[in-house]
Amino acid sequence: MEEMRFLRREHLPHIWCVGCGHGIVLGAVIRAMDRAGVDQDRTVVVSGIGCSSRAVGYLNMDALHTTHGRALAFATGVKLARPDLRVAVLAGDGDLAAIGGNHLIHAARRNIGITTVCFNNGIYGMTSGQYSPLTPAGYRTTTSPFGHLERDFDLCRLVQAAGATYVARSTVYHVHQTVTYVERALAHDGFSFVEVFSPCPTYFGRHNRMGDPVTMMKWLHDSAVQAGQAARMTPEELRGRVVLGEFHRTTEVPEYARSYREMIARLAEGGDQGAR
Amino acid sequence: MITAGIILAEAAVMAGLNAVQTQSYGPESRGGATRAEVVIADGEIDYPKVTNADVVLVLTSEAYRRYGNKLKQGGLLVADSDLVGEVQAGPYRIVRVPITRIAREELGREIVANIVALGVLAALSQVVPMEALERAVMGRVPKGSEELNRRALRCGEAAGRQAQVKEAHEA
Amino acid sequence: MSQPRLMQGNEACVEGALEAGLQFFAGYPITPSTEIAEMLAERLPRAGGVFIQMEDEIASMAAVIGASLAGMRAMTATSGPGFSLKQENLGYAALTETPCVVVNVQRVGPSTGMPTSPAQGDVMQSRWGTHGDHPVVVLSPSSVMETYVLTAKAFAVADELRVPVILLTDEITGHMRERVVLPDPGTLPRPHRPLEGAAPPDIPPMVHFGEGRRVLVTGLYRDSTGFWSESPEEADRLVRRLAGKVESRQEQLTMVDRWHLDDAQVVVVAYGCVARSAQRAMRLARERGHRVGMLRLACLWPFPGHEIEALAERADRIVVPEMNLGQMVGEVERAVRGRCKVIGYSRVDTELIRPEELLPVLEGV
Repeated sequence: MEEMRFLRREHLPHIWCVGCGHGIVLGAVIRAMDRAGVDQDRTVVVSGIGCSSRAVGYLNMDALHTTHGRALAFATGVKLARPDLRVAVLAGDGDLAAIGGNHLIHAARRNIGITTVCFNNGIYGMTSGQYSPLTPAGYRTTTSPFGHLERDFDLCRLVQAAGATYVARSTVYHVHQTVTYVERALAHDGFSFVEVFSPCPTYFGRHNRMGDPVTMMKWLHDSAVQAGQAARMTPEELRGRVVLGEFHRTTEVPEYARSYREMIARLAEGGDQGAR
Repeated sequence: MITAGIILAEAAVMAGLNAVQTQSYGPESRGGATRAEVVIADGEIDYPKVTNADVVLVLTSEAYRRYGNKLKQGGLLVADSDLVGEVQAGPYRIVRVPITRIAREELGREIVANIVALGVLAALSQVVPMEALERAVMGRVPKGSEELNRRALRCGEAAGRQAQVKEAHEA
Repeated sequence: MSQPRLMQGNEACVEGALEAGLQFFAGYPITPSTEIAEMLAERLPRAGGVFIQMEDEIASMAAVIGASLAGMRAMTATSGPGFSLKQENLGYAALTETPCVVVNVQRVGPSTGMPTSPAQGDVMQSRWGTHGDHPVVVLSPSSVMETYVLTAKAFAVADELRVPVILLTDEITGHMRERVVLPDPGTLPRPHRPLEGAAPPDIPPMVHFGEGRRVLVTGLYRDSTGFWSESPEEADRLVRRLAGKVESRQEQLTMVDRWHLDDAQVVVVAYGCVARSAQRAMRLARERGHRVGMLRLACLWPFPGHEIEALAERADRIVVPEMNLGQMVGEVERAVRGRCKVIGYSRVDTELIRPEELLPVLEGV
């Protein structure tokens, strides 16, 4: 129970619904923080707007609860001003992949040292159930009442292609796996990204005949395929399944905030490469 | 042309005068219609734009058509003799100098036409001392092009004096 | 005093910011403010600070707030379209009381307009651009030298009051080059943020990230502990305190130039680049025997309503020339409340108002 020190317990209970997976993600995050040896006086957690964004308010450390979609842009300012601090972004799928999609790919491209955990429930919960870029095709939401026509993002592939140097996916059903990935992401020096599938029985579930939490958990369990196993499956077999695993991990790309500090140091020593 | 305006204003400041330089330009990075305005005074300059110009320098017919009417009575119009067509006679002094041709043929680089023009202007108007103008040019041009620009200024100055002599002859 | 030199308005903004201790700049390229970003990209890292070109205008504003909360003095610069995009996060800075400076080098609008041409159309947006009642301070320079002074001042006010300060300049003032003589480095007072034990009662002390204080910064309404709150009483207290901390300091923040106001029958109220035209027009009118005076506003918001009120008691007419269809004139009318005539003069054809065209308006022809 060492990880409980990371919570502002006086502000519990949290605002999340019965059966929501976000509490499990937050639990995994604090366990991972404990394992990674996070110093809560030298860590800033940043979020945007949405159900999951409230998570930072329950964390007993510096917390920045910002505007919709912009958590990574705010976090970039924090990290560049104080590269010595650990910076983590906790955000939802709508926040990260829709309104904040531009910031997501650019933070990944810079390889700035921010750990991002995406609480992916495939829906806008706070506004009561509209489709997000991660709502799978065919599912019903309040804004796709006849079944969703759009395809969803593969967020991990997107972020990896954009330049992230640690990329992994898990679900709240696979909670130990989630803790491991978040721990590695926190220890990673560069832009690290963990997508965690989290059930929203209240909105996603009710619109799709999975209104009770247990059914949604079972759905997560049944849809999930580990990456090793997925490699041996055909695209047909993989349709509608969620592939879990560590997809990418490299230490070859320099972390951005450190690169900037190194440039400042070079300039201070009289190096003026590139200047007129 | 905007660079020339900046250099002229800078020369005025170096010579202990007050100066304001403004400009208007379009979206083009190169070419397009640009206008540089310079106000030079001993004292405070309130309104920063040129209303009645003592000197108007035009390198194209288009520029003349647009800005020729800014010239005040008794003012000086300097026009490129090759590139500016008919100019209207009036109660002002008109001097025509082949500014762009000098840059192209004598200096081998059309891009220094603006510096040639500054030399012409300084020789004809004495608005700023040549010494200050040369210092200002040296401070603003890219490294490695100082000699070319110094020559451009000299060529312009010489062309200006020559035009002055010709003017005196004709008068 | 430094040597006299020719300096561009945007360059003076950079010099003023660095003199005030700027440490962080995030921006996005936009005419006519880009020179500020370009100069800082080179100057800031040399001074140990950080420059970043973000992926968009919204991100630039966000990064500035993040850096400020992490303890750096931070600024961004933009023009109309970018200023529109920054509004939501500007409101976030106002609510969270995050000191920052936003430079808006105004160009014409709405939309893309003529991107290289001047206007003063963002006066009301600078005051009311973000949603909700919020505190903001807007400074507006009329010269290159004043751009330097007011940029530095913007940081002092932002830090002291914990508010976003907008430096509202324009294409003319930003791109104009003028002779300036800068004060010696180190002679301007350094801005400082209110610290614990030394903060006024209506401004909470500033606590930065990484100090071990475990602060929560949120855009939600909050209670006195800083945690989000849904209490109507807390909401009322917060919104009124935020607005009040600027309004109650209006007199201290007001910066005006007064010319010939003691005998003026006609008073011109002007700001920004147009103040230069108005000043000349006033001089010309006085040479012709007309009793014309002028009030130039260097701080637009908070608006010096009392000053205008007092003028309205004495003058017959107040003339407000602007490069918009009449924004500040409405504010002047609100203060005058019918005590004298108020005449707006507008120009929106991208050309700076000329003194000669103002002359008949001042002379009442």
